[in-house]
Amino acid sequence: MAARRIYKTILLVILTIPILQGCGDKQWNNPYRDADTDKAIIYSAFQERPKELDPVKSYSASEYTFISQIYEPPLQYHYLKRPYQLIPLTATHMPTKVYLDDQGNELPAETNPDDIVFTDYIVQIQQGIKYQPHPALAQKDSGDYYYHELTQTDLNDVYVLADFAYQGSRELTANDYVYQIKRLAHPNLHSPLAGLLGNYIVDFKDYRERVLKAIEEHDESQWMDLRSIDMEGLEVLDDYSYRIRVKGVYPQFIYWLSMPFFSPIPWEADKFYAQSGMEERNISFDWYPIGTGPFMLTENNPNLRMVLDRNPNFHGESYPTEGEPGDEQMGLLEDAGKPLPLADKVVFSLEKESIPYFNKFLQGYYDTSGITSDSFDQSVELNSQGEFGLTEEMREKDIQLASAVQPSLFYLGFNMRDPVLGGDSESARLLRRAISIAVDYDEFISIFKNGRGIPAQGPIPPGIYGYEKGEAGINPYVYNWENNRPVRKSITEAKQLMVDAGYADGIDQKSGRPLILYFDTVSRGADTKALLNWMIKQFKKIDIELVIRGTDVNRYYDKIRDGKVQIYTLGWNADYPDPENFFFLLYGPHSVLDSKGQNYSNYSNPEFDALFDQMKNMENGPERMALIRQMNEIVRADAPWVWAFNPKGYSLYHSWYKNVKPNAMANNNIKYRRVEPEVRAQLREQWNKPILWPLYLLMFILIVTIIPAIRGYYQREKAKAL
Amino acid sequence: MISYIIRRLLYAIPILIGVNIITFILFFVVNSPDHMAISQLGEKHTTPEQIEEWKRERGYHLPLLVNETETGIEKLTETIFFQKSIKLFVFDFGNSDSGRNIGYDISNRMWPSLAIAVPNLILGLLVTITLALIIAFFRATYIDYWAVVICVALMSISALFYIIGGQFVIGKLLQVVPISGYDTGLEAIKFLILPVIIGVVGGIGSGTRWYRTIFLEEINKDYVRTARSKGLSEQLVLFRHVLRNALIPILTGVVVVLPMLFMGSLLVESFFGIPGLGSYTIDAINSQDFAIVRSMVYLGSVLYIIGLILTDISYTLVDPRIRLN
Repeated sequence: MAARRIYKTILLVILTIPILQGCGDKQWNNPYRDADTDKAIIYSAFQERPKELDPVKSYSASEYTFISQIYEPPLQYHYLKRPYQLIPLTATHMPTKVYLDDQGNELPAETNPDDIVFTDYIVQIQQGIKYQPHPALAQKDSGDYYYHELTQTDLNDVYVLADFAYQGSRELTANDYVYQIKRLAHPNLHSPLAGLLGNYIVDFKDYRERVLKAIEEHDESQWMDLRSIDMEGLEVLDDYSYRIRVKGVYPQFIYWLSMPFFSPIPWEADKFYAQSGMEERNISFDWYPIGTGPFMLTENNPNLRMVLDRNPNFHGESYPTEGEPGDEQMGLLEDAGKPLPLADKVVFSLEKESIPYFNKFLQGYYDTSGITSDSFDQSVELNSQGEFGLTEEMREKDIQLASAVQPSLFYLGFNMRDPVLGGDSESARLLRRAISIAVDYDEFISIFKNGRGIPAQGPIPPGIYGYEKGEAGINPYVYNWENNRPVRKSITEAKQLMVDAGYADGIDQKSGRPLILYFDTVSRGADTKALLNWMIKQFKKIDIELVIRGTDVNRYYDKIRDGKVQIYTLGWNADYPDPENFFFLLYGPHSVLDSKGQNYSNYSNPEFDALFDQMKNMENGPERMALIRQMNEIVRADAPWVWAFNPKGYSLYHSWYKNVKPNAMANNNIKYRRVEPEVRAQLREQWNKPILWPLYLLMFILIVTIIPAIRGYYQREKAKAL
Repeated sequence: MISYIIRRLLYAIPILIGVNIITFILFFVVNSPDHMAISQLGEKHTTPEQIEEWKRERGYHLPLLVNETETGIEKLTETIFFQKSIKLFVFDFGNSDSGRNIGYDISNRMWPSLAIAVPNLILGLLVTITLALIIAFFRATYIDYWAVVICVALMSISALFYIIGGQFVIGKLLQVVPISGYDTGLEAIKFLILPVIIGVVGGIGSGTRWYRTIFLEEINKDYVRTARSKGLSEQLVLFRHVLRNALIPILTGVVVVLPMLFMGSLLVESFFGIPGLGSYTIDAINSQDFAIVRSMVYLGSVLYIIGLILTDISYTLVDPRIRLN
């Protein structure tokens, strides 16, 4: 009887299977709510939680992804034009630059930079720009603020910003920009830019001291109003214009005005967040930005999801009506003149691992995806012309490919204070040049980067003023120009350089000992063994024995800072598209050993330094270009670095995701992006039909396996004891 | 029993102090306060003055374990170790080095960890105990032999393989559940199915083999032979006698891990994008956030000690011969 009961149960299970089949048309794997399917929502992902969302501290691409859509500095980069071009964002026009002497008298524009003592940047902002709705700005009819005098009782039921019932807004004023610059100087806010700005903005350093003093005298429970402490270098001219005074001439300052550091902050928000009990609840600038941009952060759960919604108070901006040649053909001007933003909402989901991220992209649940090493072969293949194109699988899904060389540089650095490799001797210089030829970064890019990069020819990467294409741009100490392309010099030439340097066959002619060099790296373990073996092999080509010194990241940087490395690798991403931002890494007074600067090779060449001082203050033009060429020549000849490679970024995006043009300098790109939700919904449905037959098969196999076991059980039960 | 529990809790104090010292030393052998400051402030444009300010504000300017510049007890109290550790004993975790409230984060993130760990544990136990009982029933037959072979094979496969393979087959090829992600409320269920299945399947090999061993040990005891000689069916012998008597070692394994369920799983949470405490710890280690690492290690130690005490108490419940004196 019992056996029959079990068999009946199994039969029942088999009969219920077709019921499951009825649910087969729905997308079971949809990670989003069904109600959102037809909405103009952009779906993206983030791989690590943003550390800071306060524009005074935030300084990484992963954080800028969010805050650049919320905060609006006075300037921005043109979305389509190349080379990168600054244009007004909240400013009415580009800042007016006024040169002054030591008495504050205005000087003509053509004054020699050495005679200029101060430069004023006068920024005029548009009228009528309003902040996103925020409780800090909520006012009663009397004009008092609802939430500026909160008690602990008031905060009893408050856990998130949305728990405040009232929200308000107000017009953006010049005061808000000035307030934020004062926050940059606040010693307790630890802005990463404070050290740099202290060298330029008048009174910035002393202001920090005055704030420190004020903090000591200040009642900790009370908010400290930075408006009450003046900074000489800042002046609010009227409600819509302000002046920043910098020391001497610093043309690159204007680029900083496009970064979130220089976004406006209303004093009301600072006061609101400074109240007792707010920080314990994580109600702070770090969690709840307040801006004037096209989007506002409505859900901040960095462990799960970040959601940007359209800011109802956005002042309005239009999609660019012109770009660079070819943009129109690529459909990048289809939305020309349309009001921004083109999407209603952006949902960023936490996706720590690249494999699930990519698979969800293929299922249509993300609109765009990068290409990692894991997914490279699946996404991209070399075509007959030797160019990268999409694979058949990608083309079938009408996935598009966008690629751009990043304004970044990776380099293999030599410590110029090292007695063997460093210094200004001809022997050391030739040795460095020989190594530069031997370490074949063309091969490195092919093997370890899947071709995602181009060999660097000098300190300036593509996209930055001063970069030259073609024969004029090659490093003549490493490459020859043959058949219209750069060809790395032969190992024979490198070996000849070794002979000239006094290291024939890798033997130091003075001491008679083999030349042994040391390479410090954080690459350790089985994963990087191939890379390190490759590096040893490169040096072996010119008979140099390379010893790998693996270490952890902290110790690695310590050794570089203390000048205890011989050869190391590092990289640099452009802060702004100006050659000064790369050449300063080789500027003698920035030596890490002497001044804790970012010249980690401790390279020093008086001629280069003098040219740098001259070049950094110049406007782009033929004169500046001539200096850049000279500087390039000096550092290429001295070879303090092996110019390794400029990375090339590839990204994939779906056919319903429009207006994609990589822009490495701008981060506020989401407002230009448009989705076609109907197309997306249709394709998602087509691509994500659940496949159930393997589950039925598995169930069948289990049942078939169980039946003999059940029979065995009953036979055993009925068996007689011996 | 109460005096026993109090005694065990008192024993816990030196253990926790020891755990704190070891965590502290291990962390600061690898990371100095300067490294922590640079990690938080960023490498670009950061000046030595800013590093000093950051350290002073967070109390990392003090010496690590002994302050030679002070006298008396302040030699020990005016140190990073004392200042950072003392509050832990009253479960005041303070703020992370990036300024976020750790207690708030833990209270938020333990729920997703539990949402995976609890069904994983319950289903895992059901499946493995059932399978182990079946194998024990068919002991010394080809079913037993092949079951052990399969269990060993399952044990030999890396957890990472189960995760990536499960995501590939169930999420990508069959498309029956989302590959990764998480949501709140009932919407979370569809995201939990895959990690729970993977967790259960991944644990079948070791769990089944362990419980099979326990059951086989019991099956060969005299009382089982007596039960059989009384004419009881094998079903009754297994479920009424063997299973009950095998509960003590099962409890040892289960009760001790109960409090640890809060701590989450490092790998599963990371691959499925689940915002639990496992991924919280990994993130903290990667960002060199000592405040979080210290808090999580301390919390883990406390929960482990609680688990051991609970195990002792549970012995008395399943075996009346045991007295906690």
